[in-house]
Amino acid sequence: MILISCPNCGPRDETEFHYGGQAHVAYPEDPYALTDEEWGRYLFYRENPKGLFAERWVHSGGCRKWFNAIRDTTTYRIAAVYRMGETQPSLVSGEKTGEKIAGGAK
Amino acid sequence: MAEQTLIAPITELRRSPAAHLAAEFAAAEVAGPYSVALREVPFQTMVGLRVAPGTDAARRVEERLGTALPARCGEVAQGADSSVLWLGPDEFLAVSSADPAHATAHLVEALGGDPGSVVDLSANRTTFELKGTAARDVLEKGCPLGLHPRAFAVGSAYATQLGPVPILLWKTGSDSWEIFPRASFADYLGRWLLDAMREFHAAP
Ligand SMILES: [Zn+2]
Repeated sequence: MILISCPNCGPRDETEFHYGGQAHVAYPEDPYALTDEEWGRYLFYRENPKGLFAERWVHSGGCRKWFNAIRDTTTYRIAAVYRMGETQPSLVSGEKTGEKIAGGAK
Repeated sequence: MAEQTLIAPITELRRSPAAHLAAEFAAAEVAGPYSVALREVPFQTMVGLRVAPGTDAARRVEERLGTALPARCGEVAQGADSSVLWLGPDEFLAVSSADPAHATAHLVEALGGDPGSVVDLSANRTTFELKGTAARDVLEKGCPLGLHPRAFAVGSAYATQLGPVPILLWKTGSDSWEIFPRASFADYLGRWLLDAMREFHAAP
């Protein structure tokens, strides 16, 4: 069991949460202008990095709000949580997604 | 005359979700140093409230409630005739013994045409009251939250689970708790609590 810190409720068991996939996948400006392949890529293609990954989570067993989390896919360590609409912490923007953060592995 | 006998007893005819367990709850009461008692508090009025804090609509609702909306997780605001539980940043539950239709209508009027919602949710959940020096030990058998007084202060309420059942848990006194399960979970959770209380019968 890992603890996930909801931005509204604080640390809670992972069983209270549901996963929402990769964060920051913007809805296309004009979906009608996309080719079938581009639309397919928007719908179905996601990153699958080894290391830090910005993801959406929802606290279904608590405040029922969506938020973003940056999770290390190799260690399950959650490096940051931030609300919907907030900018992604510089933690990842300075490093490439897929790169491990120092001290992350235990 | 005939009309009166048809209409008047409607509220008297309703049955609370755990009414059939009342005798078992009473028989399960434990006295002594590890005391614990369970009963259902039927038909509390619960009005679900969604409004964004800080808006004009929220201010009108707060005026009607007689309190500011609770601002953070765990907080319960005491209004003029209701307690307002924090369920989310823009979601609250006003619990009272007021008439549900009136309580709802007042808040609907306060919200006006602004974004948000006011819904009578009284039938959605029932209330279990768990009291006694061993009440916390009973809850700790199936609740993932920290229930130590340091973490869970008197007067606070949280959405959590008891066993596999999602509940709202409100600490109303140092040894008393109110548990709000959804109506369809009342039978299961009632029996779960009876089972969790059983060991204290054997306590010295
Ligand atoms: Zn939450």
